[in-house]
Amino acid sequence: MLEIRNLHVAIEDGSKKILNGLDLTIHNGEVAAIMGPNGSGKSTLSYVIAGKPDYEILDGEILLDGENLLEMEADARAAAGVFLAFQYPLEIPGVATMTFLKAAMNAQSRARGEGELKTPDFMRRVKLGAEKLGIPQEMLRRGLNVGFSGGEKKRMEILQMALLEPSIGILDETDSGLDIDALKIVSEGVNALRSADRSFLVITHYQRLLNYIVPDTVHVMSKGRIVKTGGKELALELEANGYADYVSDVAA
Amino acid sequence: MASVTPLKTAAELSLLAQAEGSKSVRQNSFARYAAKGLPHRRVEAYHYTDIRALLKDAPASAQKAGVAPTHFAFNEIDACVITLIDGQVTAVPTNPLAGVSMNISDEVPDDGLAARSVFPSDGDPIIALNAAFVHRTLRVMIDAGCAIEKPVLLRCITTGAVSAYSRVVVEVANGASMTLIECHECASGGLTNSVVEIVAGDDVSVEHIRVNLGDESATVLTSFGGRIGVRSALTSGNFVTGGALSRHQVFLRFEGEGATATISGAALLKDRQQADTTLVVDHSVPECVSREHFAHVLDGEATGVFQGKIIVRPHAQKTDGKMMSRAVLLADGATMNNKPELEIFADDVQCGHGATVGALDDDLLFYLRARGLPKPEAEALMLQAFVGEALEMITHEGMREQLEWLSETWLKARG
Repeated sequence: MLEIRNLHVAIEDGSKKILNGLDLTIHNGEVAAIMGPNGSGKSTLSYVIAGKPDYEILDGEILLDGENLLEMEADARAAAGVFLAFQYPLEIPGVATMTFLKAAMNAQSRARGEGELKTPDFMRRVKLGAEKLGIPQEMLRRGLNVGFSGGEKKRMEILQMALLEPSIGILDETDSGLDIDALKIVSEGVNALRSADRSFLVITHYQRLLNYIVPDTVHVMSKGRIVKTGGKELALELEANGYADYVSDVAA
Repeated sequence: MASVTPLKTAAELSLLAQAEGSKSVRQNSFARYAAKGLPHRRVEAYHYTDIRALLKDAPASAQKAGVAPTHFAFNEIDACVITLIDGQVTAVPTNPLAGVSMNISDEVPDDGLAARSVFPSDGDPIIALNAAFVHRTLRVMIDAGCAIEKPVLLRCITTGAVSAYSRVVVEVANGASMTLIECHECASGGLTNSVVEIVAGDDVSVEHIRVNLGDESATVLTSFGGRIGVRSALTSGNFVTGGALSRHQVFLRFEGEGATATISGAALLKDRQQADTTLVVDHSVPECVSREHFAHVLDGEATGVFQGKIIVRPHAQKTDGKMMSRAVLLADGATMNNKPELEIFADDVQCGHGATVGALDDDLLFYLRARGLPKPEAEALMLQAFVGEALEMITHEGMREQLEWLSETWLKARG
C-alpha cells in the first residue's frame, strides 16, 4: 500500500512550491489514475516518489507498506518496490540494453539480500518479456534506448517494469507520443502485470489511455493537490467538461 | 638589457653531467636538446605540461639491466613478446613469426633531422634526448604481403629509479598487416623515454596500441611516429592509468593518397597524476581520412591534456578529418586542458573538431538509480560507456577486452 500524507514539495532552491499538502492512498492491487492540467504537479509527484534529488520536501510523508520512502535514496526505493516508467526515457550510448537490465536486476536482488540471477534464467526471462512486448532481440543488443523510437522507448520501460516486478508501478504520461497500436501494446503489457499485490499510479492528461488501462480510482490534481476523487466514470466526465471546474474553484 | 640565463634545474644539471665527456652519448642530438633545455610552459607544444617544472630528476641510465617483474597485465594476449628492460634489448628471436624479422642496430637514431623524418625538424627536446642517450635501435621488418597473425608486443620495463631510453622502428612492406603493442611498466622514480616509429608502405594495415601502466610516481614519455603510404590504414590507441606524469606524442604523416588514420586514447587518472597526449596529423597528400577520439576520466586533483593538430597542406584536397576530445571531471580539483587545432591550406576539405568537459549527467544518473543501481555502480556504468567510446576504436579484440577490464578495475577501485 502506498500512502502519501500532507506532502509539501518545492523545487530545490525553494523558489517555487509545487505540491501543496497532497494526500493519496493506493491499496494493493489498485490502479489509480491521476489526471490534471499542465503544471498541476503530476510529474513532480512521480519524481518525488521515485527519489529524484532536485526537490525539497517541506512537509509530509510517503509510506510504501509502512516504510518511509523519503528516508531512502532512489536505488533503495527501487529495491523496496518502486518503479517509475519515465515520460522521456533516457538514452545511454555505450551501455548495451542487456548489460543494463542485468545490472539493474542484480543490484535489486543484492539490495534485498537475494542471490544474483543465473545468466540462463536471466536470458530466458528477458527473451520472454521482450517477445510479449514485440521487442526484437536486436534492440536488446543496442545501447539502451539509443536510436529507439518513442514507442520503442515506452515498450522498453514496460519490459523493465515486468522484469523488476515492483510493488508499485508509476506510469508518467506513458501515452504521450504513442500511436494507437503502440498504446495498445503498452497497455496490454501493463494489464498483464496487474495483480492483487501490485498497484499502479497512472498519470495522464487524457482519458484515452484509461480505455485500455481501466482504473479503479481516478484523482484530479490541481495546483499540487488532489481536488476530486472518484471512480473510472470521473475520467469520462473530465473528457467531456475539461478541467475548468476544478481549476477555477481553487482560483476563486 | 642583458639577456637572462635561466638557472638549470636539478634534472637539467643531471642530464648535462651524464652527457659531458661521455663517448656513448650522441653529442649532436644532445646539443639539439641542450640548445633549449627541458621544455616549459612558454614552449607552445608543452604549455600545459611543463616538463621543466614537473621533472624533479633525470636519473642516469641503468649500468646493468634490472629484473623484470613477474606479473604482466597482458599475459593472456597471444603475442610475440619482446622484453625491453631498462631500454635494452639483449637478444631478438631468430624466427619470431612468419613474415617478421628483427635486428638490433647501431644506427644513428632520428632526432628530427633524418631524411623524410616524421618528427619535428626544429627538434623536439624529448626525442632529441632519446636520440642522444638511447643505446641501440630495435628494427622490426614485416615482409611484403604478409598478414602477421599475432601481435608483436613490446614489453618496456623500467625496473627502478633509472632512465630507460628505447628506440624501435617497424617497417611494414607493401600489402602487409600487423599489430604492434607497446606496454610501459615503469617503477617508482623511474623515467621512461621511448620512441617508436612505424613506416607503413602502400596497402598496409597496421594497428598500434600504447599502454602506460607505470607506477604512480613514474614518468613515462613516449613518442610515436607514423608514415602512412597509399591506401594504407593505421590505427593507434593510447591507454593510460599509470604514471605521475605521462606524455604521449603522436606524429603522423600521410604520404600516399586514399589512406586512413584512426587515433584514439583513454586516460583514467586520480590523485595528482597528469597525462598529456599531443598529436600532429599531417595531411600532406589529397584524399586521406583521419579520425581522432580521446576520452579522459579525471578524479582527485588529476590533470588531463589533449593537444591535437590537423594540418592540411595546400594541395591535400578532399581531406576528411574529424577530431573529438571529451573529458569527465569527477572532482572539483580535477583539470582538463583541451587544445584542438586545425591548420587548413586547401579549399575542398571536410574538417571538424570538438572538445567537451563536464560532469556526469545528473538526469542519467537518476534514471539508473531509479532502476536500482547504487550510485557508485551507476557512475561506473556511465564512465565505462564513456571510456568505451574511445576503446571501441581499437580493433584487436583481445587487447580491447583487456583494456575494458583494466578500466572496470579502475572504476571499481574508485568505489
